[in-house]
Amino acid sequence: MTDISSSPAAAPKRKPRQSLLTQDARTAKRNRAETRFKLYGIAAIAIGLLMLAILLVTIVSRGTGAFQQTFITLDVPLLEAKLDKNGNRNLAEIKKVSTFGYAPLMATAMEQKVAEMGFQTPLTPKEMAQMLSKDSPATLRNFVLENPDAIGTTVSFELLTNSRVDGYIKGRVTRDSIANDKNINVEQIDLVDALYGDGSLEKRFNLAFITGADASDARPEAAGIGVAMIGSLFMMLVVLALALPIGVAASIYLEEFAPKNWITDIIEVNISNLAAVPSIVFGILGLAVFINYMHLPNSAPLVGGLVLTLMTLPTIIISTRASLKSVPPSIRDAALGVGASKMQSVFHHVLPLAAPGILTGTIIGLAQALGETAPLLLIGMVGFIASNPPDSIASGLLDPNSAMPAQIYEWAKRADPAFYERAWGGIIILLVFLITMNAIAVMLRRRFERRW
Amino acid sequence: MKDSALLEMDVTTKDIKIAARDVQVYYGDTHAIKDVSVDIEDKTVTALIGPSGCGKSTFLRCINRMNDTIDVCRVSGDIRIDGEDIYDRKVDPVQLRAKVGMVFQKPNPFPKSIYDNVAYGPRIHGLARNKAELDEIVERALKRGAIWNEVKDRLNAPGTGLSGGQQQRLCIARAVATEPEVLLMDEPCSALDPIATAQVEELIDELRRDYSVVIVTHSMQQAARVSQRTAFFHLGNLVEFGETDKIFTSPEDPRTESYITGRIG
Repeated sequence: MTDISSSPAAAPKRKPRQSLLTQDARTAKRNRAETRFKLYGIAAIAIGLLMLAILLVTIVSRGTGAFQQTFITLDVPLLEAKLDKNGNRNLAEIKKVSTFGYAPLMATAMEQKVAEMGFQTPLTPKEMAQMLSKDSPATLRNFVLENPDAIGTTVSFELLTNSRVDGYIKGRVTRDSIANDKNINVEQIDLVDALYGDGSLEKRFNLAFITGADASDARPEAAGIGVAMIGSLFMMLVVLALALPIGVAASIYLEEFAPKNWITDIIEVNISNLAAVPSIVFGILGLAVFINYMHLPNSAPLVGGLVLTLMTLPTIIISTRASLKSVPPSIRDAALGVGASKMQSVFHHVLPLAAPGILTGTIIGLAQALGETAPLLLIGMVGFIASNPPDSIASGLLDPNSAMPAQIYEWAKRADPAFYERAWGGIIILLVFLITMNAIAVMLRRRFERRW
Repeated sequence: MKDSALLEMDVTTKDIKIAARDVQVYYGDTHAIKDVSVDIEDKTVTALIGPSGCGKSTFLRCINRMNDTIDVCRVSGDIRIDGEDIYDRKVDPVQLRAKVGMVFQKPNPFPKSIYDNVAYGPRIHGLARNKAELDEIVERALKRGAIWNEVKDRLNAPGTGLSGGQQQRLCIARAVATEPEVLLMDEPCSALDPIATAQVEELIDELRRDYSVVIVTHSMQQAARVSQRTAFFHLGNLVEFGETDKIFTSPEDPRTESYITGRIG
């Protein structure tokens, strides 16, 4: 009441009247600060997107080459004199002819091909055959062992060329760059041009890169990531089979049942710490425990899986506990209130609500494990392991194998640039796997997320 | 008036259902409930009123041992239901909670269908031998919860899709489905609008025929409307306990009077 009756003049130090139509200095300053902050944010995002774009463009531009390979179409006479001297088609005797015995056939085939084309070259047939992959005689031998009746006939093959020819077709190798290269010479390049013009040399999609096994240093064109992929798959199966039940059981106990005291506090802190332990530490632990003490085989996906399980467990436990925590306590009260036991309340009500979070965490953990190289280094899964695809689950788990990231690392450190290209190609495949897994995680979350 | 009608209804029995003697509750170092002794009658609505933090919800949660789920909580003293000490070593709290149902402050249906919400208790306690029996139990419970007519055509719809008042009545139906003898209600109407509140209050009065109902409420009008007996808690003490109309018309303790006239709280 007194406010109304007192005259305006009596009010002490009244602020001067400020029009709303003009901005005062303070407001302008605050607005400028806000604008600046927004710009910083946009700049940060722009830098991030730019880096991502550069990364993707680099990977795609360098890696796509690995999915294509140069093949030559060649009619190879399977001479009886070379392959089956006695002419009795006895498989045991045919098997005695090693891949060296097939090499002359390649030279003959190349010589015939060049003569057919009417191309003049100073190259000897042997030099011409060098243009083919060192893998080709093996291809021929496998074919002959499967079809012994083909001996004596001429069969058309699509054979891999060697990595220099392939590089020349892809533009990695040029006439200038081969000056000091002992693996290819200018005459061979001329022949490549002629064959390419003829259409018998062509670059096409190479399924063997996705399905095949690693190859030795001399034949990068034959190397594939398929077997390493199977190694990764078996490791992931081990991780999933162990880490998910152990992790979920541990988190449920810690979150729902364990008393809250200093012991559980210490366990909690240490689980968080474990998540930050460098993965190579888990590798040396695996070496000491699983290989040296328990005498599990070297380089086996089983051991890799065990090591990665140790590494993934903290991730799964942390995400599972977080999703258990996010289930509102009112649901637990409701279940207990109608007389459910603690375990019934957890398994009937809390766990189903936490499941999407648990699954997402598990998939993220698996994706992390899939891309992990360092621990595999110590248990012998990084190195030249040219094994065939495993024929049973036991051999898949116990036979020496590599893993996708280990294979990529292995290729990247080899000298031949053809392997470098394959390393990028391998990264594309690995990324496809990771993106797929993350997409599944997002989908599961969307699909099963329930509101309460 | 409905209020007076409620008060005129006779209390059919005077059996003591719950007898509490010298109950003390500690949360860690905090002494939350001090020396509370109270006799709660069967087939009666007993209201617990008092300012926030006075311990009325804590006392309520002692009656079905929900406080056991809180690690730091310790309860001493003696609470007997039908003469049996519920804090006896031999008592399994899970069995106790089947006998003493509870409805919470915030409606908390399970994120399942309406049917499954109600059927859950009977299922875990094995009250139904077959589907037909279970259907019958669910229907009876939903009718007791005064929500049958609204949901009978959509029993498979999610319970969380109902309105707040419907959800709370569903929770009451869920609580009565296990055939409890005592029904505890912790501010069941605090999240509801006046119309839903009126429906739930009417329901509480209905439930009095079969159960001993203990209700915690912040609304003194509500206590006056639904209860026959009222207990006033203040700072962990039971200040006054008696007939509701007596508490509200001529309280003995000056603190009760201050509270109901709005001076403390």
